[in-house]
Amino acid sequence: MAYLRSFGCSVPPARVGNDALAARTGREAALIEKTTGILERRYAAADVSVVDLAVDAANECLRNAGITAQDLGLLLVSSGSMERAFPGPASSVAARLGLTGTPAIDLPIASAGSLIGVALAADLAERYGNVLVVASEIMSRRISDADADTAILFGDGAGACLVSRDSGIARITDYALYTDGNSAEALQLPFGGALQMKGLDVIMHASRKVPRAIAGLLEKYSMPAGDVGVYLMHQANANLLRKIAAALKVPDNRFFSNIEHYGNTSSASLLIAAAEWWSTCSKPLTTPIVMAAFGAGFQWGALLAQP
Amino acid sequence: MSKQAGILKVIHAVSDITTDPAPDESLFDSGALDSFTLPDLVTGLEQEFGVSIPDSDLVPERFDTLNKIEAYLDKRAS
Repeated sequence: MAYLRSFGCSVPPARVGNDALAARTGREAALIEKTTGILERRYAAADVSVVDLAVDAANECLRNAGITAQDLGLLLVSSGSMERAFPGPASSVAARLGLTGTPAIDLPIASAGSLIGVALAADLAERYGNVLVVASEIMSRRISDADADTAILFGDGAGACLVSRDSGIARITDYALYTDGNSAEALQLPFGGALQMKGLDVIMHASRKVPRAIAGLLEKYSMPAGDVGVYLMHQANANLLRKIAAALKVPDNRFFSNIEHYGNTSSASLLIAAAEWWSTCSKPLTTPIVMAAFGAGFQWGALLAQP
Repeated sequence: MSKQAGILKVIHAVSDITTDPAPDESLFDSGALDSFTLPDLVTGLEQEFGVSIPDSDLVPERFDTLNKIEAYLDKRAS
């Protein structure tokens, strides 16, 4: 399979703390922190679009890889919060990157969209060479303060990952993707409405399905969960990350977390986390990486990459 | 040990409550369970009663009260 080659991200500058959310939703700031692990999130300004954030993250990722957009063979853009039903942001992101013929495909999948994008890119890189996966979300425009349980969670941002056929940070060994549509209503964004989430259902399924997906993938390669150097996850909730770590019997600190700063940025969160984690790595990778995500659909999965 | 006693044992193991909930008291409304203790409850029930609870049965309403949990376990056993 192909390689994870570089990451990039872009988050809006405006910070929204728990006090501001408390004033809007009636939920106590201390309780927000305790139940979610979130201290603040970023909100995009009114004149910023999903495409704007995506282009910024894409450009950072390309700079980090030392290539230009002209070197891309394929662009995949994940978003569950795009501004219109069609066309999705992929074609506009491609145009803004100066691409006029390169295929650009939308993945309208919240939460797990970026993991699915990287997994698809791992297979498609053989054909397309450099595949750029971008995930961009403006969730702040999709929440209702009347639904405090949901409103307190989400923020805005974009992340990007370049998957290349021949070289990179780590070689993608394998991945496992899953879908169970029986709970499709549990997490949805209806046309013209606000995000609706049945938190109990989502957490209950995620707590069981994600560890199982990771464990199954690692078992296939006879790799103990403790041998993985870093777990890069969809940043849904700090307590959920701890729960998954406990289920795998891995120390919490092996799970990279930045949810305290950005909240849940849906499909963008995995790649924002990956970009921040990678920016702290000063030496070549020596241990395996696991990426994992869970979200609307339900869609979930895990991906293993090794140096 | 009765089935309800076994269920209570699991509830106390995963929750901070100090008293036993009434058989029809909502475990969610009373604060005995939340989104993060519910998965532990399900795992605890599997271990305590030697049953496997499939993902398709992971509906919070099934585990909302002692009576509902007991009815569900009876159904699994039958």
